[in-house]
Amino acid sequence: MAAPKKGGNAGAQSKPWRSLALILIAIVALTGGMFASGHTTPRLGIDLAGGTSITLAAVPEAGQESAINKTNMDTAVSIMERRVNGLGVSEAEVQTQGTRNIIVNIPKGTNSKQAREQVGTTAKLYFRPVVATELAGGGAAPTPSATSEGSEQDSGKDKATDTATEKATDGSSPSASGSPSSSATTQGRAVTDALKADETPSASASGAAGDKASPSPSATGGTSGDAENKLQAQYAALDCTKESVRATAGDGAKSTESTVACGQNSQGQWQKYILGPAAVDGTDVDDAQAVLNTQTGAGWTVTMDFTDKGAKKFADITGQLAQKQSPQNQFAIVLDGEVVSDPYVSQALTGGNAEISGNFNQQSAQDLSNMLSYGALPLTFREDSVTTVTAALGGEQLKAGLIAGAIGLALVVLYLLVYYRGLSFIAVLSLLVSAALTYVIMSLLGPTINFALNLPAVCGAIVAIGITADSFIVYFERVRDEIREGRTLRPAVERAWPRARRTILVSDFVSFLAAAVLFIVTVGKVQGFAFTLGLTTVLDVVVVFLFTKPLLTLMARRKFFASGHKWSGLDPKALGAKPPLRRTRRPVRPAAGPVDPKEA
Amino acid sequence: MSKLGNLGARLHHGEVGYDFVKNRKIWYGISILITITAILGLTVRGLHMGIEFQGGAVFTTPKNMSVSVATAEGYAEDASGHDAIVQKLGDGSMRIQVAGIDTNTSDKIKDTLAEDLKVDAEQINAELVGPSWGEQIANKAWQGLGIFLILVVLYLAIAFEWRMALAAFVALIHDITITVGIYALVGFEVTPGTVIGLLTILGYSLYDTVVVFDSLKEQTRDITKQTRWTYSEIANRSINSTLVRSVNTTVVALLPVGGLLFIGGGVLGAGMLNDISLSLFVGLAAGAYSSIFIATPLVADLKEREPAMKSLKKRILAKRAQEAATGESEDSAVSDEDYGDEPEDAAPAVVGPRNQPSSRGRGRGRPSGKRR
Repeated sequence: MAAPKKGGNAGAQSKPWRSLALILIAIVALTGGMFASGHTTPRLGIDLAGGTSITLAAVPEAGQESAINKTNMDTAVSIMERRVNGLGVSEAEVQTQGTRNIIVNIPKGTNSKQAREQVGTTAKLYFRPVVATELAGGGAAPTPSATSEGSEQDSGKDKATDTATEKATDGSSPSASGSPSSSATTQGRAVTDALKADETPSASASGAAGDKASPSPSATGGTSGDAENKLQAQYAALDCTKESVRATAGDGAKSTESTVACGQNSQGQWQKYILGPAAVDGTDVDDAQAVLNTQTGAGWTVTMDFTDKGAKKFADITGQLAQKQSPQNQFAIVLDGEVVSDPYVSQALTGGNAEISGNFNQQSAQDLSNMLSYGALPLTFREDSVTTVTAALGGEQLKAGLIAGAIGLALVVLYLLVYYRGLSFIAVLSLLVSAALTYVIMSLLGPTINFALNLPAVCGAIVAIGITADSFIVYFERVRDEIREGRTLRPAVERAWPRARRTILVSDFVSFLAAAVLFIVTVGKVQGFAFTLGLTTVLDVVVVFLFTKPLLTLMARRKFFASGHKWSGLDPKALGAKPPLRRTRRPVRPAAGPVDPKEA
Repeated sequence: MSKLGNLGARLHHGEVGYDFVKNRKIWYGISILITITAILGLTVRGLHMGIEFQGGAVFTTPKNMSVSVATAEGYAEDASGHDAIVQKLGDGSMRIQVAGIDTNTSDKIKDTLAEDLKVDAEQINAELVGPSWGEQIANKAWQGLGIFLILVVLYLAIAFEWRMALAAFVALIHDITITVGIYALVGFEVTPGTVIGLLTILGYSLYDTVVVFDSLKEQTRDITKQTRWTYSEIANRSINSTLVRSVNTTVVALLPVGGLLFIGGGVLGAGMLNDISLSLFVGLAAGAYSSIFIATPLVADLKEREPAMKSLKKRILAKRAQEAATGESEDSAVSDEDYGDEPEDAAPAVVGPRNQPSSRGRGRGRPSGKRR
């Protein structure tokens, strides 16, 4: 061995303890985390553990019975599937039953209440301009609800006193002033202006709500006087503090009509609204995300990215609203008939995104963003029944499978032992480390991303054993090749590594590519598979780099392996190492059989 | 050491070896035959899609059934001739799902079921169910698969070369066709588990091929700088030298799956495991086989058409003819220069190429023959 190489080897060999310590710490930390979280087993899929089955029935809406058809039901199924199985790893199943039922099966250990809300919520989202709003119910406490001269007084036979504490006087200036009215600030629900203000030149209210103190909510362009009066009556009668009233408020309203709605303000008080026709709706939302807004202290919010069309519509409506007085410079974000947020607008928002702030916590913000991303259900559903279901695979089958798998694994260990002898301990230890990491990570992913293990995934994990073992085999064979070349163990281990490493990385890259592409592109169970494949591939690389290689380096220093003990699996004699003395080519010659030099 | 260990050594030294490349036509033939059988099976018998893909009927039994899930499953499968999924619900009733049934046949099955379960047929509620693995999931899966295949072929074409990418692709199609064909022939119903199994095969097949190609690439790196072996011969050496790895890996991957299939499915009667482990078993075996017998010879075939390789072959054949005429003694003088690391491996076409590229690095700074 050349001198410089020795230096290199010494350098490489000084690290193994560090790698081993690193992976040990990782295992201990993860295991600790697993026990701390209390989830010490991976969540099992519905085929292995059973779970909860929810039957949802489509509710026919008056005059729209024909909406319950196959197309809409299928759309609903695929939306529900994505809501409840966004990452594809939760093993939830959604299917139609009969003509108007949808069954949702979720595995044991899922938060079934949350799942029920997730699948059952229609998630129809509208952005409607606010025509009038006031505090509903008897709460006389000064509230931040902005009131306006015109509409409010006309309809104001409500007991709620005009909370004139914050009068939106400056709102009357037609220019989109950057200074927000005081009322708006206390409400604390500002629309993020994602881009620089774009002052829309069209100051005219273009046929929508009246610009200034128009005496009645006739502002809602398009409604006939009759409908208007009806709306007024509805608004007057609306008592948002009653849940039954809330649930039906604005039912059956088309998106193109004005409507009434209820909503909770930031103090948790109920407020009622008259809202104009929807300007932007949920189909204009491209993507939504839950964000913890630490800057404004708004807490958890949901940010939405609009489609191009939606962004234009949103810019238009905000441009119009910005010209108006409070409360008509507000728009309401209405989700399934309830106002979740009513931000004011001080300028046209052209950034193509918006933020909903309201009384969100992390969970509700994430749920809402999830629903908005995957779209609204085409139909409204009610929960028909909720029941538990047993595993689709009988317990005895699973047991048989586990026994069979265990026998197979025992055979693998036996085979490795016979073939690799001492080396097999390194292989088996590496497999154990790999198995431990897989198990712990899968257990931890149960509560975090709803990861559930089904039977195909278990089988996939068994194949993963083969792929993980292959990395060791590639490396071991390289080491043996080096020994056959006449090297002693320590240099052989170091020399074999770079080449084995390249093979391992190149081939694992292909597996990882498959996992990444499938995970990004697909949905449902295929995505779940991709996740498992990616996880095991990454773990394979981690274990080989941080465990197998350092361990072999360390073992190579032990006399048992270094001297090529008969049982070490590295006995040069048994491996047929060429004695360095054998320099004649004669003895080899007679074996020159297999390849015919004349082969064409 | 075991005999296999010895074999490994002899393979390494090139003392033994099987000429995979030379006999490639036999293996191509066998593969084509199997593939045709698979395609025939596929077209004639077709695939039975499970309830997850095509929907079916669901029968809900009255409450408090005393029959066990496994028994009910047996009844349902006998009555319908299809795979059944049986689940016990919270109130003690059973939900029995059967694939591939329309309204007409569902009544008959309902009656049979009622008889078997000893309940009144009126009490069994029958409804049609839609697929839980809908078209959207399937379409996205195809889309993902397409994108992946394009990317992986591109990757292999860049990391290796287009011939290897093509060969790996052919091997992959070969493996998948055989697996799907066997599936059709055996007549198991296709479940999501099957699809997952197929995707696993897809990953494994490529993985295995890439490992073999990596060794091939390494050994043929400086092929044009020597005049002793043709590409096919080196390819053959490369297969032989990784043969032990291939055998070991295949055994390690197949043993647990075989355990699931033969012990779990066969002896212990875990029926649901059969469909997954069968596709895995066949696919893993086909994947290991195709890497060695199909993919690498195919690369050699394609490579030999390259002008550089053609001229190399010509030179080599000419040289060999000349050597044959002038006697054997001369060749070593040339080769010792090139293969300083292994002067002892001078027998042409048998030894040497396996270590040839690495010897460049290894031999650095030490003249040939100075190993001691």
